[in-house]
Amino acid sequence: MKWIASALLAAFLLLLPLFAGDFYINLASQILIAAIFALSLNLLVGFGGMTSLGHASYLGVAAYLSALLASRYGFGHGMAAIISITGTVATAAFFGVIALRATGLGFLMITLALSQVLWGLAYRMSNVTNGDNGIAGLTRPMPFGILLDSAAAFYWFALIVACFAFLMMAIFVSSSFGSSLKGVRDQPRRMAALGFNPWMIRWITFVYAGFWGGISGLLYVYYNKYIHPTSLSTTSSAEALLSVIAGGSGTLGGPVVGATLVLLLKNYASAYIERWNMLLGLVFLFIVLVMPTGIVPGLAKLTARFRKGSQ
Amino acid sequence: MQFWIIQGLNSLSLGGLLFLLSSGFSLIFGLMRLANLTHGAFFMLGTYFAAITMREYSGLNIWVTALGAGLAVAAIGGLFERLVLTRLKTNPLGQVLVTLGMSFIISDACLVLWGGDSIPVPTPHNLQAPTRMFGFVFPTYRLVLVGCAIATAVALYFLMERTRLGAMIRAGVDDRQMARAVGIPVSNLFTIVFCLGAGIAGAGGVLGGPILSAYPGLDADMLPLALIVVILGGIGSLLGAFIGSFIIGFIYTFGTALFPELAYIILFLPMIVVIAFRPQGLFGRVGA
Amino acid sequence: MTPPTSEYALEIIGLNKAFGGLRVTQDISLKIRQGERRLIIGPNGAGKTTLFNQISGDMRPNSGQIRLFGTDVTTLAPYRRAHLGLSRTYQIITLFTGDTLEQNVTLGLLGLLPSRWQMWRPLSSYGHLTTEARRTLDTVGLLHLADHPISEIAYGEKRRVELAMALAQRPRVLLLDEPLAGLSNSERSTVKALIASISRQTTVIMIEHDMDTALDLAETVTLLNYGRVIVDGARDAVIADERTREVYLGN
Repeated sequence: MKWIASALLAAFLLLLPLFAGDFYINLASQILIAAIFALSLNLLVGFGGMTSLGHASYLGVAAYLSALLASRYGFGHGMAAIISITGTVATAAFFGVIALRATGLGFLMITLALSQVLWGLAYRMSNVTNGDNGIAGLTRPMPFGILLDSAAAFYWFALIVACFAFLMMAIFVSSSFGSSLKGVRDQPRRMAALGFNPWMIRWITFVYAGFWGGISGLLYVYYNKYIHPTSLSTTSSAEALLSVIAGGSGTLGGPVVGATLVLLLKNYASAYIERWNMLLGLVFLFIVLVMPTGIVPGLAKLTARFRKGSQ
Repeated sequence: MQFWIIQGLNSLSLGGLLFLLSSGFSLIFGLMRLANLTHGAFFMLGTYFAAITMREYSGLNIWVTALGAGLAVAAIGGLFERLVLTRLKTNPLGQVLVTLGMSFIISDACLVLWGGDSIPVPTPHNLQAPTRMFGFVFPTYRLVLVGCAIATAVALYFLMERTRLGAMIRAGVDDRQMARAVGIPVSNLFTIVFCLGAGIAGAGGVLGGPILSAYPGLDADMLPLALIVVILGGIGSLLGAFIGSFIIGFIYTFGTALFPELAYIILFLPMIVVIAFRPQGLFGRVGA
Repeated sequence: MTPPTSEYALEIIGLNKAFGGLRVTQDISLKIRQGERRLIIGPNGAGKTTLFNQISGDMRPNSGQIRLFGTDVTTLAPYRRAHLGLSRTYQIITLFTGDTLEQNVTLGLLGLLPSRWQMWRPLSSYGHLTTEARRTLDTVGLLHLADHPISEIAYGEKRRVELAMALAQRPRVLLLDEPLAGLSNSERSTVKALIASISRQTTVIMIEHDMDTALDLAETVTLLNYGRVIVDGARDAVIADERTREVYLGN
């Protein structure tokens, strides 16, 4: 049963551009980017037990670095990507050292505060970042000489990256390091007594999550061909957190489902409602009050009950 | 010489403003262990309240307005606490998320109701004349703001140290379960403290109005400042919030005067330095 | 360079710890030999668990020294002490409730191994670890429950899993914090037999609140009260000591 569903899903994803119009293909690309971003955050939130409200930092740093290197300093996309991701990982390493001086709410507040620095810098250092105007007129890369300007081509590119990201993160969380991460999440004292180094485990995860956040940032700036400080805002971090929580943290599929829902909501709601932020806030309240564990675990429970009931 | 004195006075007034903003946040965090991310929005509501009412009724006294805003925002806060936060007692992460959601709702509501332009708050007439001191002029209202912060600090000190309510709050901060065990009505206390914190923020928003003006995004500008002050000064410590406010006030004012481009980094640097050496903040308790 | 050794597995020298005005550990000095079975007793609030917390590194003393086989570990992080051969169980159950018994013990085995940093192979693929985990579960009589989740087993069985996790790492010094608390009589004799069968390669230090149950496991006894060592020595001598009776009769 599971195999059939997976195969159908795979076929749908692969063949989407053949039967859908550009609008939907582009929407799907955005969902893929948001999914990678949410998955990277979930490494911290769901598997690491560290709730961060500053994850947009890594998306933004990668996006801005790539934009600046490519448009202003004439770097090729490949080199720009490498330097951007290196810069993002360095940022995550530095931020991680600071944020991990605390846990729980202290950690949350520090990640929020740090991402606000970056956001503020992006706005104020306008001779570098162009401030509120953002950086426009960017181009998409041409891996192996293939043009990514069409909606379909970019979609397949994003799909490949997303599948790779999903696979890598799946391997990560089920590895022995992943087991130790989950252990530190659940019983940090016990883990330390067993010989595990909780700080190092958390910090490595923080940096890895920042890495994939950066990858999603690269896709983001390639897709939009434009970058603006709002990508570094708390709203951006909050949307990712909502995706994780709505979909269900602690599972791999949850953030993907959550990101899909948040993005669809954003797209369709904005046709009818002017104020996305207010809707986002209400959705936050709704999810937390009504479905705190998220949709994927909720559905899993329902299907389990269904199966038991039909026996 | 003049530069240093003017910047010094500016620092004091910024510090005063920051204390009005962050004292409520610190109170709420200290007792309820809740990082109230709606705090910036509560402050902004106060500023908008002042801007709108004083636009309609030009003779309105700013102190009365501050009181009115304080009560109104306290009421909103109380409703939110009772209807939403109490349902999430076992979900501290959920509590933080709903305060975030609430801040989005409030900030967008302000945008819908009052538009995207900045609305100024008039300085009270009797304080408009600048003060002459040391041979130069300085806006009087900014000095008054420092006075307001000190008055608030003194009032809060008396509340916390000399009243029964304050004793109960301090007991709840120290050991919530023990406080409950000796019969202190902790959940009612939570509501009172949340209202108090929100109310101070609202009143602070009014008092800060003449300097800041009401504009969309004020909440997003203010919240990180409250965070920095509380992280620096120590969670749950009003003294920490007081001293932290003025430290940040000084460092930010002098920093931006000397290195304007790096304003944001300068703002966060003291917090980062303190965290690196003393994660619990200057006056916080370990394990808070 | 060989690490400094000592005839003492654990040495505590002049340990002090205070919380504000409350002195929970007052000038405690203890010497415990390799292979010894030491019981630490004392009424509630005597500071027994606080002492354990300082030995394991969960708490830092205000002054004094702790030496593990001659190495000064006073300020060493808890995980490093595990690598020096220290292991402990806790008063409360600190197992991973969603996982099976085998998964719990396997994770416990991973703590001292370099493969805990490896990021691509799942833990379940380490055949030799899962075999060792099952073998350990067998020694505590729980092999038949190896694939059950922790949430489904009885309290007494959970205590035995805690013991299994601590023993699996073949520690040189084992701290047992009230291992018999809350157990039924039959469970108690099972766990006691297990503790009695621990190899002499491991030094065992036990806290028990209820003297009678654990006495026959002990060779030496230390009596604590108000954070101080009151009596310290061979079991029979401590029991016969007048001060012991004073402390317990006074409660």
